[in-house]
Amino acid sequence: MSEQKPQGGTKLGLPTPGDVVAPLAMQQRTFSFTGWRLAVLISGLIAVVSMVRIVTGAQQIDSAGTIAAAIGFAIPIGMAGLGGLWSERSGVVNIGLEGMMILGTWGAGWAGTTWGPWYGLLAGTVLGGIGAVVHAIATVTFGVDQIVSGVAINLLGLGVTQYLSTLVWPNQPTQSPTIPSIPTFTLPWFSDKMKEIADQGWFFVSDVASALRAITYDVPYTTFIAVLLLPITFFLLWRTSFGLRTRSCGEAPHAAESLGVNVYYHKYFAVIVSGFLAGFGGAVLATVLSGIYREGQTQGLGFIGLAAMIFGNWRVGGLAAGALLFGYTQAIQLRSGAAVHALLLVVVVLLVLMAALYFYRRSTRSGIIALIIAGLVFAWYATTETLPDQVAYVTPYVATLLVLSLASQRLRMPAADGRPYIKGQDH
Amino acid sequence: MRKFLLAVAAPALALLFALLVTTGILVVSGHPPLDVYKSMWDYGTQPDSLILTLNLSTTYYIAAVAVAIGFKMNLFNIGVDGQYRLAALFAAFVGGKADLPAPLHVALILVVAMVVGAMWAGVAAVLKNRRGVSEVISTIMLNYVATGIIAYLLTEGRFGVLAEGSNNIGTPPIGPSGQVPGLSFLNNLPFLKDATTSVYGMFVVAIAVGVGYWWMLNRTRFGFDLRASGLSSTAATASGINAKRMVLYVMLLSGAVAGLIGLPQLLGESHAYNLDFPAGLGFTGIAIALLGRNSPIGIVFGALLWAFLDVSRQILDLEGVSKEIVTIMQGIAVLSVVVAYEIVRRYGIRQQQREVGRQLGTDEPVLAEAGA
Repeated sequence: MSEQKPQGGTKLGLPTPGDVVAPLAMQQRTFSFTGWRLAVLISGLIAVVSMVRIVTGAQQIDSAGTIAAAIGFAIPIGMAGLGGLWSERSGVVNIGLEGMMILGTWGAGWAGTTWGPWYGLLAGTVLGGIGAVVHAIATVTFGVDQIVSGVAINLLGLGVTQYLSTLVWPNQPTQSPTIPSIPTFTLPWFSDKMKEIADQGWFFVSDVASALRAITYDVPYTTFIAVLLLPITFFLLWRTSFGLRTRSCGEAPHAAESLGVNVYYHKYFAVIVSGFLAGFGGAVLATVLSGIYREGQTQGLGFIGLAAMIFGNWRVGGLAAGALLFGYTQAIQLRSGAAVHALLLVVVVLLVLMAALYFYRRSTRSGIIALIIAGLVFAWYATTETLPDQVAYVTPYVATLLVLSLASQRLRMPAADGRPYIKGQDH
Repeated sequence: MRKFLLAVAAPALALLFALLVTTGILVVSGHPPLDVYKSMWDYGTQPDSLILTLNLSTTYYIAAVAVAIGFKMNLFNIGVDGQYRLAALFAAFVGGKADLPAPLHVALILVVAMVVGAMWAGVAAVLKNRRGVSEVISTIMLNYVATGIIAYLLTEGRFGVLAEGSNNIGTPPIGPSGQVPGLSFLNNLPFLKDATTSVYGMFVVAIAVGVGYWWMLNRTRFGFDLRASGLSSTAATASGINAKRMVLYVMLLSGAVAGLIGLPQLLGESHAYNLDFPAGLGFTGIAIALLGRNSPIGIVFGALLWAFLDVSRQILDLEGVSKEIVTIMQGIAVLSVVVAYEIVRRYGIRQQQREVGRQLGTDEPVLAEAGA
């Protein structure tokens, strides 16, 4: 599981030749994926999955339906994670994402059933933003501990939505009526062709076709909005001076202040954007995935989003990969138990490949450990018919713990993340 | 005296603010606030409600102490929630299987709960010490892993048995020797006279936890080290305190106390861990620890207030007011309390600087713009 780390970085922290040795520019080196390396990695992964699909006959493992469901779950997770990225890049830890997401689901339920799904998405986004304003006032203006404030926002988000629900839906306050659905997009001829190819069950080709079918057939427009927000965020934070200032608030706020950056303003902006994004994620969850607001429907997706962001090393690309992986684990447990079982074999193959890489790099000890784990997982696969449902459920959390504990040297959070900032007071 | 006034001013102001906002919401939604508060008070002060309040606050107090132990040294054990649920499950299972004389049976359950809670918290401590993983993130993740483990174990054929006449799965019920009887002698008290139930026996354990926490904090070397680490980790390290060892011990202690959270319910009422065992008490504990400012005495008031609100709000449905208004009130109270403490802290430092300035012969506060 952990071997699907988004940074396949082989550099082990050594700067690449192209790097400029400046504190902020140095982060770029962690993103050491060149285009071809990414392509090789992805094709390799598809090949492994495809092989396992043919060997085990578990077609659901990467059917178009499964991939579409995975993307569906990845959207709210990714939006919460993107929210966390904005906030933490400006130096404010946001545990309150879950609460803002809850506000978002309720906003979508209320405005969505009253005026239509697009207004629901808007209302959810705005409500998430309001939650973020409270977080920003507490943490940025008053310098309250950010974890504490986040916990309070989660409490408040739940309480406020429960109360509002009893006002708006007095007869059945735990859920809303059905929210009208968002229009979807289908690429006419192409998606049908892809389905034909996918149904053939060919090695590799059919798997690629499944993925293409999933992203061209019956895709809600919210998915496009959400996916577009990723490059937009990357551009704003890493390619504009505004973004550089925001990130400098998360790295060295007092240095930024000495250069004339209004740290409070940037932190407020980033935290509120983070609330918008989490609220939007919640609204998508209610509108697109469930078609209804239900109390407690976020089920910790906000925290999984936070996990995806950490998994992705506080970077947009890594976050997207993390969100997809965690979205997949959410989707697969609903789709097919046999596929979850077949996934063990994928893990075995990946572990063996990892062991080979370790031996190639002459780190024998790590290689042997990887092989032993691979053997254990294979034994698990061979001696069981199905896996407990809970294995897929805990995967995102265990994967995050594994990544944090195994790759912590390669993870790099913003240097001043979580520290309260008071203007003019440099310790 | 001044210090004491400042310490009391913050929560008082925050609660007043929470009350004001709640009143505002009630007025806007068309309910007369005074009538609502009066009916809550009348219902909440009935003998049965008072016993419920005491029982709930027993649980809340232990939860808040478990959280506070970590908070006191800036160690955020968000994982109390997973720790107590896992501990209660194992304790219930072992208690249901064991057949021992009464005191030993109860002791065994207590020990199992504390050990399991401590071990689950210990995972976060080891990850922090050995791998530098922030305990905030790891304990959040461990909460969900605990949920997965509990869902796995609490099925028929593993820890679970089907309760007779329902489809609720739970651990085998704990026999009479493992149950803790209620403190029925308390029912002689004038304000508890006509109550039909009695206070949990675990009430005594909660008091012991509180006294132990106070003693540890103020009368032991360990407590001193803990407070020092919380005030300034660098100064603590410089004075020879082993930071990693503190993290491990404090996390284990916090987890052990967290293990006790589920026991008032388990030993006093349900006698089994089943699907509807109360969840989320760890987060209530965080809120109450913040209200009580991690102080053993402050938390008593926080837990009593929280429990009283939780009990007395049950009447609101009959009054046509949704009882979630109390959740909002609690949320606002927590948030405004932490803001108020911060304001009071900055005000206190400012006063101190002004004092220094006066003694140095100038009326200007020294470094006033530094704020803190």
